[in-house]
Amino acid sequence: MREFLTSQFAVSVALAIVLLVVILTTVAYCIYFERKIAAWIQDRCGPNRVGPWGLLQPLADGLKFVFKEDVVPAHVDKPLFILAPAAMFIIGVIGFAAIPFGGQWLIDGKLLDIQVAKPDIGLLYILGVASMGVYGVVLGGWASNNKYSFYGAIRATAQMLSYEIPMGLCILVAVLTMGTLRLETITAEQTGYWLGFVPQWNIFLHPIAAFTLFVAALAEANRTPFDLAEAEQELVGGYHTEYSALKFGLFFLGEYAHMIVASAFIAVLFFGGWHLPWLPWTQPEATSLLAVLVKMLVMGAKICFFLFIMMWIRWTIPRFRYDQLMRLAWQRLIPMTLGLFVLTVILLYFDKHRSPLWALVGNAAVLAITFWFASMRRVEITGRQVNMPRISGIGRASQSPDIHVGRTGQGISGVQA
Amino acid sequence: MIKDEDILVVDQPELSAAERLYIPQILDGMKTTLVHLGQTLAGKGRTVQYPEQQRTLRLENYRGVHRLNRDPDGRVACVACFMCSTACPAHCIHIEAGESPWPDREKYPVKFDIDELRCIYCGMCEEACPVDAIELTQQYNLVGRTRQEMILDKEELLSIFDETKGVKPRRNPKITGYPTTGRREHGEPQASTPAHARHDDAAAGRAGSNPPSPGAPQTGDRPA
Repeated sequence: MREFLTSQFAVSVALAIVLLVVILTTVAYCIYFERKIAAWIQDRCGPNRVGPWGLLQPLADGLKFVFKEDVVPAHVDKPLFILAPAAMFIIGVIGFAAIPFGGQWLIDGKLLDIQVAKPDIGLLYILGVASMGVYGVVLGGWASNNKYSFYGAIRATAQMLSYEIPMGLCILVAVLTMGTLRLETITAEQTGYWLGFVPQWNIFLHPIAAFTLFVAALAEANRTPFDLAEAEQELVGGYHTEYSALKFGLFFLGEYAHMIVASAFIAVLFFGGWHLPWLPWTQPEATSLLAVLVKMLVMGAKICFFLFIMMWIRWTIPRFRYDQLMRLAWQRLIPMTLGLFVLTVILLYFDKHRSPLWALVGNAAVLAITFWFASMRRVEITGRQVNMPRISGIGRASQSPDIHVGRTGQGISGVQA
Repeated sequence: MIKDEDILVVDQPELSAAERLYIPQILDGMKTTLVHLGQTLAGKGRTVQYPEQQRTLRLENYRGVHRLNRDPDGRVACVACFMCSTACPAHCIHIEAGESPWPDREKYPVKFDIDELRCIYCGMCEEACPVDAIELTQQYNLVGRTRQEMILDKEELLSIFDETKGVKPRRNPKITGYPTTGRREHGEPQASTPAHARHDDAAAGRAGSNPPSPGAPQTGDRPA
């Protein structure tokens, strides 16, 4: 019996069950903290009526979702309509399988991995699962048989496909640097030190890639400022307009699960996973049960940190316009990450890919070139009409036939015809 | 027709190179929100947890629910003169007069209904009342489940008087120049002191005390 209980299979199954419970709870409390952080940022209190500090609010919300009427409108494609939220949620959750949460555990002379599955291509697996996330959105929008839902789905699809490219390129940078697709190896490789004190995390080699990956992850998870798919001013609710009760709740859970996977992924790829410098329990040699628990805590803390930044950004930045969104991806992020990719390949050729000096110099060069393109050429990512002639002054600017001028006080008065 | 020289074409300001990068802008905004978050967490939020905490109102001139006063004998003070319902701009006071059972007045209100939802709490009824029978209290937490419930009748208005008997509602408050309203110009009289009294004091001081000798330094109004 002990033989079985200490087998990798039993550990994986136990971890899977624990993770599922923990993730569902985390997702519920993500929603709570999302509301709390929103409130704090806006000088409010947030939910504080259910339980102490409102801590039972997620429970109340969940109960509400369960007991509300589950409407399936008559005009929907019923199988797909039911499949979509399930797809969203399942795809959101299975990504966790390949995330190394707590290094290795030495028991009865066996080294067990605190990781549900340990495929050779863990990274590709997560990438594949993440890009399947678009299915939930597309199916939801399509099955709803509603124009607004469909618009939301179309937007989400185009956006996710666009942002997958810079995301993939950023991941490729990390993969080329680490030389492996195994997430646990990638974590373990980041546990050394440069100059004896700087942890060898990939962020110190490729800060731009880490930043771009974070931006792309925001877009992948349909988070503000990239939440065009659910722009309620234009699309009612986006792809989940027609959903109610538990199905809507699943979409919600799926979105937050997506965020958590993305955070964990960024933490593993660029922030050393469970590694924290100088803490003896978070070194790869530490394999006691305590070390495993500390590593899981560190990993959880890193995930929470990224979740906090995502929420913080959500309540700071307004939504992009659609052309800005696309321009940011195709004209800025993709060329920039392509540059980074070329840089990494060159570093790899000269065997300097683990040298922070060369990597940072290269990063600075890529950044400078991108910024030169972005700012010196006067083509902003914000999408202002820069090619418009300037029309300041007094009087009707009717000299140019292309320009109509409004009255004083209407703010921007020149409109390109 | 608007003349050309009256139209001012305002162009968007030119963005600097840093502004065009958009990232410094985002970081700036994130700093702002983080400061707000920290302030709220540090307990500087402005929310009043209403049922548990009550707002501190400026009760001196707050106009809340009406009350119908009783005279010293406990009878309703109203003489059903209809002055309030005539003065009411919202037409929310409905009075039915009857012959008074008491010898000291001719009429009294058989019915006295105020629709608190229609009322605009302007206080003109209490200004109009010749016997100070209707007054606005400082109670603001008036709630009801139906519209009908919000039409207060005579008994309810009298019971509000019984509840708020100890508090004298504001009477002819001096709204302008109130210490916390708006800005007071330098040298303007304090609102708490009636303006005429102050003038009288100043006049009395000027007449009664010895005028300062022209050579002595001016030390103010205080007698030496």
